[in-house]
Amino acid sequence: MKGKFEPLILAFCCNYCPSCSADLAKSAKLQYPPNIRIIKVPCIGAVGIIHILKALENGADGVCLMGCLEGKCEYSTGNFRAMKRVQYVKKLLGKLSIEKERLELYNFAAAEAYRFCKLAREVTETVRTLGPTPLKINNSKI
Amino acid sequence: MIVGQQKDFDEIKKMISAYSRILVLGCQTCVAISFAGGMREVEILASMIRMDRKMAGQDVEIKEEAILRQCDFEFLDSVKDLVAGCDVVLSLACGIGVQAMAERYPDKVILPGLNTTFMGVTEEMGIWSERCAGCGDCILDKTGGLCPIARCSKGLLNGPCGGSVNGKCEISPDVDCVWQLIIDRLKALNQLEKLEEIFPIKDWSVSGHGGTRKIVREDLTA
Repeated sequence: MKGKFEPLILAFCCNYCPSCSADLAKSAKLQYPPNIRIIKVPCIGAVGIIHILKALENGADGVCLMGCLEGKCEYSTGNFRAMKRVQYVKKLLGKLSIEKERLELYNFAAAEAYRFCKLAREVTETVRTLGPTPLKINNSKI
Repeated sequence: MIVGQQKDFDEIKKMISAYSRILVLGCQTCVAISFAGGMREVEILASMIRMDRKMAGQDVEIKEEAILRQCDFEFLDSVKDLVAGCDVVLSLACGIGVQAMAERYPDKVILPGLNTTFMGVTEEMGIWSERCAGCGDCILDKTGGLCPIARCSKGLLNGPCGGSVNGKCEISPDVDCVWQLIIDRLKALNQLEKLEEIFPIKDWSVSGHGGTRKIVREDLTA
């Protein structure tokens, strides 16, 4: 069954660099797995703990946060805040016995279309290996 | 403000294990500022409980609410219907809020989701520290606005003790010796002579050693 499992991964994507990389991938006709569903946010620092938890609670098999490179945040420290927040939520997931690898943060420059696609494939593969979220129930939707 | 810290999730889980209809009730005043019991924390904790129960295959119905002040009875009536519809209230207020809820709703089980830690200040985002011990007989006028009761590890009134080294307390190099701070501040204010003043023995009867404290203002009572 695990071989056929297609994970659903929610990606919170900063409207600046990571979104540019994603758009560039589209322009260059590069492909990344359709498992990744992108939600654009004004800054990755705007993604709160509750947004990550809600994504998992509502059936996402994995969540990733995509922010700008360190020192390149449009709002100065948003990506650092996101980094600390991800570490905090990983601890919460530990309390719930949910694999911490289901949540990751990545930093991108604006023209990293190839890396964006490569990481999207890697994330999908990691979550596919982990299997469906322990929370998965029938008909769960996001 | 009163600073709180959320209890460990395992402890909370154990407390609420017998209940399936839970009201997670936050307080939007002090504990919201210390990121322990405001609406944000209510949502996070409720989400965690739901996920935990879902994985255990147990049903749970969680209501989420936060009121302006759980320590004031007049605000507690606003959640009357929510309280009636649940088996248990998991309060994310300080100990005062939990007790006020228990008093207002005597038939309902009220559980604490926080440990009430101290009265203090936000030093910076994410860092809080103690400032007041509520001793009932303030001496800040004599100590340059720095409290030795709350901030001296020994609560000394005649510090610094021999454990003060380079302005730090002997319990940890991260803890300032408040008596050093007091002397530095009074010196800067040119009021160092204040420490030479002989004052009577501090009245500890008003610090709680005389029993539960209560204030009655006749001009305000009905």
